[in-house]
Amino acid sequence: MPKVQTVRPLHPTTVSPRVLGAAFGVVATLLLLAYLVAFDQGAVSQSGMFLHELMHDGRHLLGVPCH
Amino acid sequence: MSLTQSRTAPTYGVLLLRGLLAGLIAGLLAGAFAYALGEPKVDAAIAIEEAAAHAEAASGAPAAEDHHGEDALVSRHGQKGGLFLATALFGVAMGGLLATAYTLLRRRLRTEHDSHAALGLAAAALLGMVLVPFVKYPPNPPAVGDPATINQRTISYLSIVVIGLAAVWAAVIAARAPHAGAADWVRAAAGLGGFLVVVVVGYVLLPNIDEVPETFPPSLLWNFRVTSLGTQVTLWAALGLAFTALLPRSASSEAVTGRGRTESVPV
Ligand SMILES: [Zn+2]
Repeated sequence: MPKVQTVRPLHPTTVSPRVLGAAFGVVATLLLLAYLVAFDQGAVSQSGMFLHELMHDGRHLLGVPCH
Repeated sequence: MSLTQSRTAPTYGVLLLRGLLAGLIAGLLAGAFAYALGEPKVDAAIAIEEAAAHAEAASGAPAAEDHHGEDALVSRHGQKGGLFLATALFGVAMGGLLATAYTLLRRRLRTEHDSHAALGLAAAALLGMVLVPFVKYPPNPPAVGDPATINQRTISYLSIVVIGLAAVWAAVIAARAPHAGAADWVRAAAGLGGFLVVVVVGYVLLPNIDEVPETFPPSLLWNFRVTSLGTQVTLWAALGLAFTALLPRSASSEAVTGRGRTESVPV
């Protein structure tokens, strides 16, 4: 059995270039989702007023600036 | 050694799915909190807005644009259902970001316990993305705020979110700066100092926004802000706990032997 020299995390997640690339895509997608919920304002809406009004109460209660 | 590690380290895909699920759970819980405690305050604020709009119409002035009234695109009833959609989708987004941050940063977080790492990341997000922005730009109910300034308010808000996260990062860097063997209180003080420097600079540089009309009831404003904070704290607390609970446990047997081995090593 090899001798352990340092305390290391039980789950040392591996970060390969492939994981980095996937993470980039995932973060971009999730930020777009958060934008649609929280920042797609009526005045300059990219998706129309319907989504804005549907999620309007959530926007105010999540602390995001609104009209 | 590398064989053991690759077997015990969960893949990004596994962590991401669990983060998204934890986010869905947290979003629905936050939605329930907001529905029970927040909606009455939103209703009260909209009632004030409508009363003002009617008074304006009666006095002959052109009616202000109103997307809460009877001719609204989405009824108030629909908006209350939409509240759950909004918190659930926002929770899913934050859950995925938390899982991604965990994947990318886990090895840099100096704790032996994965649960400490996950909870620490959620706490960092709560501090940087919720508490720091709340103090500078406390949330407002409907009927407060000038539509003409929405772009400026959005940019300022996003700036303080970024500054809040940067402040947490600065705290970690500062806490690690003292030489090895430094006392805990020295590290804590350094971390607090790093955090405060960034936050204070951000607070001073960003513009002040105060658009609350003098006629708006102060107690309603206060109660709305507290419920909004409660909604966000519910979301992040539930997200941190749910993600930690869902962390893969495949390494539990490794954990026992691992701990046994590391104990014999002086650190
Ligand atoms: Zn609004």
